[in-house]
Amino acid sequence: MIRFENVHKAFGSNHVLRGVNLHIPKGESMVIIGGSGTGKSVALKSVLGLVTPDSGTILVDGKDSTKGDHDAFLARFGMLFQGGALFDSLPVWQNVAFRLMRGSLKRPSDEARAIAVEKLRRVGLKEEVADRFPAELSGGMQKRVGLARAIAAEPEIIFFDEPTTGLDPIMAGVINDLIREIVVEMGATAMTITHDMSSVRAIADKVAMLHDGVIQWTGPVADLDKSGDPYVTQFISGSAEGPIEAVR
Amino acid sequence: MSRVLSPLAILGALTLSALAALGRLAIFTGQTFAHMIRPPFYLKEFGAALMNVGYFSLPVIGLTTLFTGGALALQIYAGGARFSAEAVVPQIVAIGIVRELGPVMVGLMIAARVTSSIAAEIATMKVTEQLDALVTLSTHPMKYLTVPRVLAGIIVVPVLVAVGNIIGIMGGWAVAVGTLDFNSATYLQNTADFLETSDIVTSLAKGAVNGGIATLMGCYYGMNSGRGAMGVGKATKGSVEAAAVLILAANFILTGIFFSS
Repeated sequence: MIRFENVHKAFGSNHVLRGVNLHIPKGESMVIIGGSGTGKSVALKSVLGLVTPDSGTILVDGKDSTKGDHDAFLARFGMLFQGGALFDSLPVWQNVAFRLMRGSLKRPSDEARAIAVEKLRRVGLKEEVADRFPAELSGGMQKRVGLARAIAAEPEIIFFDEPTTGLDPIMAGVINDLIREIVVEMGATAMTITHDMSSVRAIADKVAMLHDGVIQWTGPVADLDKSGDPYVTQFISGSAEGPIEAVR
Repeated sequence: MSRVLSPLAILGALTLSALAALGRLAIFTGQTFAHMIRPPFYLKEFGAALMNVGYFSLPVIGLTTLFTGGALALQIYAGGARFSAEAVVPQIVAIGIVRELGPVMVGLMIAARVTSSIAAEIATMKVTEQLDALVTLSTHPMKYLTVPRVLAGIIVVPVLVAVGNIIGIMGGWAVAVGTLDFNSATYLQNTADFLETSDIVTSLAKGAVNGGIATLMGCYYGMNSGRGAMGVGKATKGSVEAAAVLILAANFILTGIFFSS
């Protein structure tokens, strides 16, 4: 469904992606792991057009992601941002129903609110939260609202950018389980970037290791511990010794 | 030789940098106006911008123009007394406020109050990935954030200038009647007789230009802010500086165009 073909991206002299090749089949949950600053977010944002690759192609259902109707293309995606990226000026329900109140998916306000409340319930939040503003919520609640927004329009493809960053282990576990449940329930294709190994094991069908701008290893999550790849082995063990430099 | 060329190289680099910045601003301005005439239009955001730029700016506009009008009356009276021309206070206050001080004071107050808040808000949205979130939700940040604010500035700041002009003139009237022994009715009659339609039209036109500049600078610096708290701070500071300088420069140019003949 999503295919990276030799994708390169540099910011000045910093070559972040140096030829990424990766295939995410329809309905599969792919988790990309890698250290901070290795280009995981850049890879994810390249699919959505938030970052333009210098060369290479990203295909979604065989079509170049940079060509065609971009709004229709984006309507197929939902995204949970690392910090939530909720709109401070809007109450929670309008954040969740944002896409349902504008553009091609626009529907009456009452209906949009009802869908938002239902999605909030799906992520474990009560209706009272709907009329609060994002600044009034805890970090975990904001993540849940972000998740509700990502799934509000029932997208085919969902991206999760560091879904558990900044959360305590219990809340991280709750968010991981929610993501897994929702992805399975919706039959969506998911792409997650994280360096949290508990997220990887909870969310992934397959795992890809990104390092030095290329995919070093990819395989089923069950093979992660016996991959034999020195980069993966060092990363999942959290060791300072290995091919990945500890000082970057 | 290199020591001789070094200052020239610096000057060249500065010139190129300034021209590049001007080019980026020109492109941003062009894109903003192009988006104004292409749907979708976000009327709710436009309404909110009208309230923020216009209605909520009224207290600060009223107070600053009131004191400016009062101070102007005192200065003209004191200066006019040197050549027995104290009687021209109503006329000079009116023309000074309507032609220059009204649009400029309102423009600078909008730069201080609105430009800074727009820049800080949009820069914070950028830093917290809210602008990226808008894109992923099929909403163009320029259409959703910039167009409503700039359009509101162009439409509502002339109204603020009109209100500021009236309050400024009334500030001069209050001082003249209250402390300088002017006759109230005569003062107001002289003011009304002296002002021409063109004075008011040019004043409002300056207001529209100043409103456009102030809101555009807030959006431009916000959208192009750097990372972190320092990026937000720099964007806010830069937006107010640029807006203030451009408002005064535009005022000078417009005064030349309107009144040179």
